[in-house]
Amino acid sequence: MAQVPVDDGVITSIDDPRLIGSRCNTCGNHMFPTQGSCPKCASTDTVPIELETVGTLWTWTVQGYPPKAPPYLGDADPKTFESFGVGYVELPGQVKVETRLTESDPEKLEIGMEMELTLVPLYTNDDGDEVMTFAFAPTGHSNSNGASS
Amino acid sequence: MSNDVAIVGIGMHPFGRTEGVTGMEQGAHAVREACKDAGVKWEDIEFAFGGSAAAGAPDTMVSQLGLTGLQFINVANGCATGGSALFSAVNTIKAGMAELGIAIGFDKHERGAFRVNTKGAGLSDWYGASGMALTTQFFGMKINRYMHEYGISHDSLARVSAKAFRNGAKNPMAWRRKELSEAQVLESAMLSYPLTQYMFCSPGEGGVAMILAPAESAHKYTDKPVFLKSAVVRSRRFGSFEVMAPHIALEHNAGPTVDASQAAFEQAGMGPDDIDVAQLQDTEAGAEIMHMAENGFCEHGEQEKMLAMGETEIDGRLPVNTDGGCLANGEPIGASGLRQVYENVLQLRGEAGGRQVPNEPKTAYTHVYGAPGISGVTILSR
Repeated sequence: MAQVPVDDGVITSIDDPRLIGSRCNTCGNHMFPTQGSCPKCASTDTVPIELETVGTLWTWTVQGYPPKAPPYLGDADPKTFESFGVGYVELPGQVKVETRLTESDPEKLEIGMEMELTLVPLYTNDDGDEVMTFAFAPTGHSNSNGASS
Repeated sequence: MSNDVAIVGIGMHPFGRTEGVTGMEQGAHAVREACKDAGVKWEDIEFAFGGSAAAGAPDTMVSQLGLTGLQFINVANGCATGGSALFSAVNTIKAGMAELGIAIGFDKHERGAFRVNTKGAGLSDWYGASGMALTTQFFGMKINRYMHEYGISHDSLARVSAKAFRNGAKNPMAWRRKELSEAQVLESAMLSYPLTQYMFCSPGEGGVAMILAPAESAHKYTDKPVFLKSAVVRSRRFGSFEVMAPHIALEHNAGPTVDASQAAFEQAGMGPDDIDVAQLQDTEAGAEIMHMAENGFCEHGEQEKMLAMGETEIDGRLPVNTDGGCLANGEPIGASGLRQVYENVLQLRGEAGGRQVPNEPKTAYTHVYGAPGISGVTILSR
């Protein structure tokens, strides 16, 4: 069974995943996902870039009930649904990205903790491939900066 | 010549779940009630702005109300739909284009959390597929960050909900009319940490309409006109933190509510201290807390003490969400903003019954917030 990304153009590859964002060549603003115009300066001169893979948790919540499906493609069966964390991870000098988190225990999530990009399985598609989406996982390293602004 | 605009008639269909009655029929009911209240006939009305997110094209309601040939314009602006309909109606009268107009909002949503149309919201399929297209997550994440920054407690969230249901119990038009204790609120299912089931409003049904006229002719229709001192809608600026955002910028902007509020106060020539009663968007309990500060009624963090002291209760220093807000009334998107204005008109007329704010309030404030980062504010006076 192969693993495939949830969509084209979101991550670089399954084996060495990086999030693909955009940088504005005019003002330096970063965006995710890719965007052809800059919301900061309205320039249309943007280029795709690979975003940082390590950042800090800016805020978080836990999805405690099955999302409506569609649009959700993961397990939405109330009998087997498992809560998952969602947060914004601040990538240094770039942007805060909204992401699933591998951790869903409120006791183990803390604003300011260091997080690293990974992939998690969503569902198995009609070809028998495992469809993967991106998530961030706690690195376990303490972040001396604490909560960011 | 003054070009102030007055609300001269209001009508509502009860909020909640009304089986067998379409959202549009609820809107038409509200229109008939508003006409009765103003003592006018539907055919007297020269123009309408109507909004609904999920219950059909508003202008088709003329087949229920009468085909009078009036100018009827549909408004679709997410959670600010009602506010936008009112804004448009107010300015049509200010422009001198007509003497009598109506703003209408109604809706009827399926049960459960809003199903987000990611395509319509300009988002890629993977966003919803991955489990991030949920408005509830945004609210959980915004208040979680806010609690961390400003020391707001879980108990404060519960106090907001308990107040909403207490006020809703006194409102015959409200959906949730059963009081709940703070403990019941805290112990209900955790939907999106730190927010529990009873800290969230539910998508619902309802309809509201209000008839507007130039201030100088208001007394033809009512002996208790209420004047619109401002009606403002603002969208987001770069750096604000909004619902349905795959990324947010590193730099911070305070958001569209702050912009809308400041513009509304400026238009009205008033400040937060001049307001006697306020209806603030309470999609969930944390939103009411954050919106107290974003609308200028307190400093960030001050809410903790204000709630503990009961300052936002009906008999408090600044009564907030006196009709039970979205928490007790549910959220029919098209109608929600106009519900707030309806409640303020009742309060300013002294007709709010068991939930009447004491000491004859003279000024009232409404605020809506919603996707994709828009905010609408009105200031009323009598």
